[in-house]
Amino acid sequence: MIDLSSFNATEIRDGIIRGDFSAREAAESAFARIEAIDGDVHAFNQVTPELAFAAAERVDDMVCSGASPDELPRLAGVPVAFKDNMNLIGTNTTCSSRILENYRSVYDCTAVHRMLEAGAVPVGKLNMDEFAFGSSTENSAFGPTRNPWDLERVPGGSSGGSAAAVSAGMAVITLGSDTGGSIRQPGALCGVVAMKPTYGRVSRYGIVAFASSLDQIGPFTKTIEETALSLNAICGADPMDATSVTRPAEDFTEGLRDGVKGLRVALVTDMLEMEGCSTEVRESVAAAADALRGLGATVGEVTLPAAQHGLSAYYIIGPAEASSNLARFDGIRYGHRAADAENVLDLYMRSRAEGFGPESIRRIMLGTYALSAGYYDAYYGQAQKARAVIAQDFAKAFADYDVLLTPTSPTTAFKIGEKASDPLSMYLSDIYTIPVNLAGNCAVSMPIGLGAETKLPVGLQLIGDHFAESKILRAAAALEEVIGFDTKPPTVKALG
Amino acid sequence: MALSESEVRHVAMLARLALTDEQVETLRVELNSILGHIDTIQQLDLEGVEPMTHAIPLVNQTREDVRRPGLSREDALLNAPDAEDGAFKIPRIVGVSEEG
Repeated sequence: MIDLSSFNATEIRDGIIRGDFSAREAAESAFARIEAIDGDVHAFNQVTPELAFAAAERVDDMVCSGASPDELPRLAGVPVAFKDNMNLIGTNTTCSSRILENYRSVYDCTAVHRMLEAGAVPVGKLNMDEFAFGSSTENSAFGPTRNPWDLERVPGGSSGGSAAAVSAGMAVITLGSDTGGSIRQPGALCGVVAMKPTYGRVSRYGIVAFASSLDQIGPFTKTIEETALSLNAICGADPMDATSVTRPAEDFTEGLRDGVKGLRVALVTDMLEMEGCSTEVRESVAAAADALRGLGATVGEVTLPAAQHGLSAYYIIGPAEASSNLARFDGIRYGHRAADAENVLDLYMRSRAEGFGPESIRRIMLGTYALSAGYYDAYYGQAQKARAVIAQDFAKAFADYDVLLTPTSPTTAFKIGEKASDPLSMYLSDIYTIPVNLAGNCAVSMPIGLGAETKLPVGLQLIGDHFAESKILRAAAALEEVIGFDTKPPTVKALG
Repeated sequence: MALSESEVRHVAMLARLALTDEQVETLRVELNSILGHIDTIQQLDLEGVEPMTHAIPLVNQTREDVRRPGLSREDALLNAPDAEDGAFKIPRIVGVSEEG
């Protein structure tokens, strides 16, 4: 069998067009890699060979019936996979929770549907922190995912399966969701490109909601160009999600190679100097800023003083909205139902307590408390005001600059179990990503090298103004070219 | 603001979670630790700041009020823990405590 696991999306489509291999062979290659390595990594909750081979056959049929390259959709034959909070008919959508373990999708998530419309081949559903609550994927009811760079370490989270699958070559593109960093932080810890588009860019229809004013879907890939291609597929208004924005379609690959001359970049200095940011991360980020300067960008400095309150605001707003969204899991219409309930209240209370894991219960409790009578103004009201001030800080910075630089996460990947017993220390690993969700901006994390001390991938976060995806991708593409990061992790190299 | 054990039990009832005594105690400690951090937000002077409810300025979007297909009854019941005659089946909720 041909090994196509190091091929990018464009190379796979081109190879299929040329007849070098078929879409079916590309899918078989992905399943072979999953077979070889996912016993160790555990990125997948389920694999979907039937769906994959049916999608591959549609692509191969098009090629065989003489379709011209222009007629073949842009992601034709590309193996993809989805975080297990996205609905796809023919799969279970579990959110890595016991409460939804046997839940069968009855419709497709819009973003998933659009990837399949673009010709992509779905190879499976990916592990995550239960209901996306977490930063390590240790909160999965089905066991943790492991980081392909070091199997003793976490891949980050909550979209840890999505990051690990791309890192280990088990899928070319995956989708995840990002409420406070759940795409970018695992992307950084696994050494892949990971993007949260501007709030409203991508429809959230068909994804299990966490915090509706923050959630956004985005891609994981190995290259900036594939991220742009993925955005082309998934962005755009959807009548099924009233928060999706009605803006004309953009081609995010346009101008990607135009370079950074004239681009105004700024290091966010107060975030870089925050306590808890490791020296190796700080040094790598400073070096990346220098590299951008060397490429012709102007590089200045800004501060975002209100962002230090982002974590507090987020751990009120996020759990508050989650406690409301998760009220639907009551054992009546779907999901786990407790046996022998005496009455409906007993059924609700035991079904939920039996079905939700510890972190979900913690967040539901926190959110319910923050919204409860007597505390609403002090917590939720105050958090919404803090959110406004954080957004104003960003707006001021974007009046002078096009791209803001921070680390994606304060440290490289930590050990499994290291932060599991202290929820607060886990929450701190999203300190750089959370303010971006609160302000609704777009941001991409890209690998910029291995840490001098830990020899693990360091992620740079490039933040853009609302709808300025093209600018941050242009800066990231220029940086990618000079850095030349080798995205292949040791566990994959060991396969030979 | 420190949460007492009885407050934890009250919140658990509001959240419809049947917690064990052990869970109540663990959550009391954990929630107080998290709230201790979150409470720094009370120090912010936010007098006169408009609360932000949404990340992007959006105007209500309306659509034509036309009929369109929804979820079929079969699909809607596909994941039902218990169903009968095309409906979700739940424990009796009417007249439970009444005599006769």
